[in-house]
Amino acid sequence: MSASLTPTYPAVARPLRTLGRKRHRDLQEKGVELLMVLAASFSILITAGIIFVLFSEALAFFRHVSVKEFLTDTEWTPLFANPRYGIMPLVAGTLMTTGVALVVALPVGTIVAIYMSEFAPHWLRETVKPVLELLNAVPTVVYGYFALLFVAPILQKFMPDLPLFSMLSAGLVMGIMIVPYVSSLSEDALRSVPMILREGSYALGAGKLWTAVRVVVPAALSGIGAAYILAISRAIGETMIVAIAAGMQPNLTWNPGEPAQTITAYIVQVSLGDLPHGGIGYQSIFAAGLTLFLLTLAFNVAGHFLRTRLRQAY
Amino acid sequence: MPDLKQIIRRRRREDAVFKVLGISCLVLCLGTLGALIGDLCIDGLRRIDWQFLTSFPSRFAQRAGILSAITGTFAVMLVTLLAAVPIGVAAGIYLEEYGRKKSWFSDLIELNIANLAGVPSIVYGLMALGLFVYQFKLGQSVLAAGLTLGILVLPIVIVATREALRAIPAAIREAAVALGATRWQTVRDHLLPYSMGGIATGIIIAMSRAIGETAPLVTIGALTFIAFLPPAPVTGDFPFVSFEWLQSPFTVMPIQMFNWVSRPTADFHVNAAATGLVLIFMTLGMNAAAIILRYRIRKRIKW
Repeated sequence: MSASLTPTYPAVARPLRTLGRKRHRDLQEKGVELLMVLAASFSILITAGIIFVLFSEALAFFRHVSVKEFLTDTEWTPLFANPRYGIMPLVAGTLMTTGVALVVALPVGTIVAIYMSEFAPHWLRETVKPVLELLNAVPTVVYGYFALLFVAPILQKFMPDLPLFSMLSAGLVMGIMIVPYVSSLSEDALRSVPMILREGSYALGAGKLWTAVRVVVPAALSGIGAAYILAISRAIGETMIVAIAAGMQPNLTWNPGEPAQTITAYIVQVSLGDLPHGGIGYQSIFAAGLTLFLLTLAFNVAGHFLRTRLRQAY
Repeated sequence: MPDLKQIIRRRRREDAVFKVLGISCLVLCLGTLGALIGDLCIDGLRRIDWQFLTSFPSRFAQRAGILSAITGTFAVMLVTLLAAVPIGVAAGIYLEEYGRKKSWFSDLIELNIANLAGVPSIVYGLMALGLFVYQFKLGQSVLAAGLTLGILVLPIVIVATREALRAIPAAIREAAVALGATRWQTVRDHLLPYSMGGIATGIIIAMSRAIGETAPLVTIGALTFIAFLPPAPVTGDFPFVSFEWLQSPFTVMPIQMFNWVSRPTADFHVNAAATGLVLIFMTLGMNAAAIILRYRIRKRIKW
């Protein structure tokens, strides 16, 4: 009985079986690797999708509107009876709000980064850093509410002429929001500067601040530059704060105390309405989106190269 | 020659001044966060009750609620999770474990992901509007919204996966390979289990980002007034599971809040504050969970 249970393989069966198992395993390896290549390639598909959609719809837009008018006209009124298509007011609004935000975010972020990396005691750094990151966790629509219904009324107390909707209140809140972008990347760059440089500076009699400003910051400059650039790109693309708090009229002005529409806010405004698919109004948001995409792309690529340069430095 | 003691004293004073400056900048940031939460609490806390959580939006501010918005948020998040996690983790594994050898392909993907992470969210919305809503004819549905947000947070999942894998020492891989394990066996039996905590942290952060995202969903045409729930996923008849909810129109909490904050009357602003409070409670909670998880992993694992 027991003899019949024991399998009797032909002499060649054993090597054949392991060969089969090996082939099965190799097949599995190949299959899994293929799946992973596909997953990684998916990101390229996304980029291709973005570029395809933006360019094809914007191309349809530029069949009606000349590129020259788009870039040089100073009025943006696509939804009016006699429409004008000059992107300049929207770009100006975007750059103004970004500028206000940067006036807050760059100095504050840099000081926080230097303080955290060179001065703060260990326990403070460990507790404050995660809390600071929470500034990034607040949804932007909540920041919009805060800018419109908390910051703007307070600003109006100091500046009675300030309208409720203004680039100033939106930009200030946006500036605080992007502080962690500036500070955490800059801090990483500062901390990756070798200790030996600081010790050399101390040995020559420099104080902490002197060392930080004259030795550590210059050594970490490309990393700090990358942080600035990514913060700029983030501020340009920010949508909900400006859509809620900066107003909805395109306005070509250099005064941050006025309301103005940004590129992103225009896209939101049109999307909220009921524009027919394929009309010129519909296409105009893609032309605006393409402008936005190219603006941020330039900054992103520059930031990426600065960061890879930093990695090679040490 | 200036007095040495005087120079030292001046340097000390400069250091002290900078310390004050640094701390006041920190206080400015944390104070803003505190003021924001406090402002929401003052405006909205009294509005949060059972009625608010279980009512549909309404023309009357006092009768309005966020039932459809909460349901929509959870439905969209489910799709986002299912879309972003498998693709993101697989792409992360590929880049870290398979694409190590410097090839133009992995370089290209690397640059591409760095760039995707910086694309403004509203541009993803435009892509989804052109591609998902009109080309693929998904309409303004839960499915289109979930996929949009899934694509949006994909870089976060990829980067988190890579960092978690990178933290595993090379000795683990070498030991597995020395015992005859193939690449996939090494990944499946060793690297993935060891990096699970880090990957989970990244997924939580990605979801908290997606839950507060407004602009891309406005762009694909999320409605602001939804007075019904999507069809239930479980039905009484065979085959008991229905995917109709994927095609349902939807609203989510940030869009509901945006709608209320854009109205001129103050009683709707109270609703907006209450919605914001629920929203911020969720995102801050998720972030706190991620921080705690990260902290515990760092404490437990000593390679």
